[in-house]
Amino acid sequence: MAEEIKLRVHGAWPSPYYHRVKLALKVKGIDYEYVEEDLRNKSQLLLQINPVHKKVPVLVHNGKPIAESLVILEYIDETWKDGPKLLPQDPYNRAQVRFWVSFLQQLFDAIVLALTTDAEAQEKSLKEVTEKLNVLEDGMKNNSFPDHWNQIVESENLGLLDIVICSMLGNYKAFEEVLGIKLIDLDTTPLVFSWVKALIDLPLVKQTLPPYEKYVPFLKYFRQVAFKSSKA
Amino acid sequence: MAEGNKVTLHGAWPSPYYHRVKMALKVKGIAYEYVEEDLMNKSPTLLKHNPVHKKIPVLVHNGKPICESLVILEYIDETWKDGPKLLPQDPYKRAQIRFWVNFLHEQVFEALYSIIKTDGETQEKALQGLHEKLQVLEEGLKKFFPDCSKPVVSENVGMLEIVVTSILGNYKAQQDVLGLKVIDSEKTPLVFSWVAALVDLPAVKETLPPYEQYVPFLNFMRQTFLKPPTA
Repeated sequence: MAEEIKLRVHGAWPSPYYHRVKLALKVKGIDYEYVEEDLRNKSQLLLQINPVHKKVPVLVHNGKPIAESLVILEYIDETWKDGPKLLPQDPYNRAQVRFWVSFLQQLFDAIVLALTTDAEAQEKSLKEVTEKLNVLEDGMKNNSFPDHWNQIVESENLGLLDIVICSMLGNYKAFEEVLGIKLIDLDTTPLVFSWVKALIDLPLVKQTLPPYEKYVPFLKYFRQVAFKSSKA
Repeated sequence: MAEGNKVTLHGAWPSPYYHRVKMALKVKGIAYEYVEEDLMNKSPTLLKHNPVHKKIPVLVHNGKPICESLVILEYIDETWKDGPKLLPQDPYKRAQIRFWVNFLHEQVFEALYSIIKTDGETQEKALQGLHEKLQVLEEGLKKFFPDCSKPVVSENVGMLEIVVTSILGNYKAQQDVLGLKVIDSEKTPLVFSWVAALVDLPAVKETLPPYEQYVPFLNFMRQTFLKPPTA
């Protein structure tokens, strides 16, 4: 064995937050040891390295844990300086990326809310999802969006924004199946749709995201659990 | 004027998010033009610079707008490289600061805001929630920032100090308006002594609104939230 494994990732196969870290490490070409956590029965080690949130993903580098997916991604970019950069060099472009990443989190929160509610509450969150997707589409149209997504097809050098969008909308078909609605399509959100399609066609992304057939039953189970616990 | 380095900040005097940027610019010694926005009647300029959220603060640097307080803080640190740093150099230490900043921004702020908006049993529950979060912060401070027990010096006002004072710096006004202890010095002695020391620093004192101005504002905000909806 060449050297001790100094990088470990604690994750769970369905977690989009874990997918972000998995993608980032793949883009950077970094090797690591992977620990799959059973989120219904978290390991003592996980609770020890992430006592605040008790969640995945956690990156452990040389024994030191880092939690929160976006914090982890910035750490990865700052620590492994060779190879593709996850964030652009220019501070203004970096600010634009961080701004849209923050906005995307709000979009995803609305999607998860729609997944875990029904009736009026679900209607409300679905409306919010549509509104936010339209804002995203406008942002891309008006060039207030850092655009390089048409370059990634050749290089597979995903940036932070590509990674975050992948983690949220990469499995859009599975979400559409479980929610019974269309999230993105060529008519209503052509730019977002083309971007997502370009990303999920990449081998690197295909190897990272869970397959549709596995994710649909998981989302259905996730929805059931949310209802059970809200009635408890 | 040395070079074309025009900085404008759109804010609103009670906003904790605006306070963060105000403090950061002060710590860095950056000159800027301030535009006070009336949040009931937002300027067309604000809506042009922040079409997505239509909120303050917005920093405009040489005509280019940056929105979201934490994004602005990182931008400031990366653009004005001279003088005090808002984040340390070491990637692991930066990760720790960003982690706690997120915790404060997402969880502590929400818990505090709930207390201001509610009363009765709902408020009691919200207060319990806040104290639990502050206890988590207390443990975190012990482990990662062992020098929080040392006296605080001006040079140490970084992103974490800026964010914590933007949320908890007005604790005296909050406590007097609500009639409850926002930070319990017995349950969370480290958090309490740290915040109490930070609010005395010039950068913080000159940024946060004075007590006499903030109390009536908080009272007004609370009354607005507690008013029963009109039929």
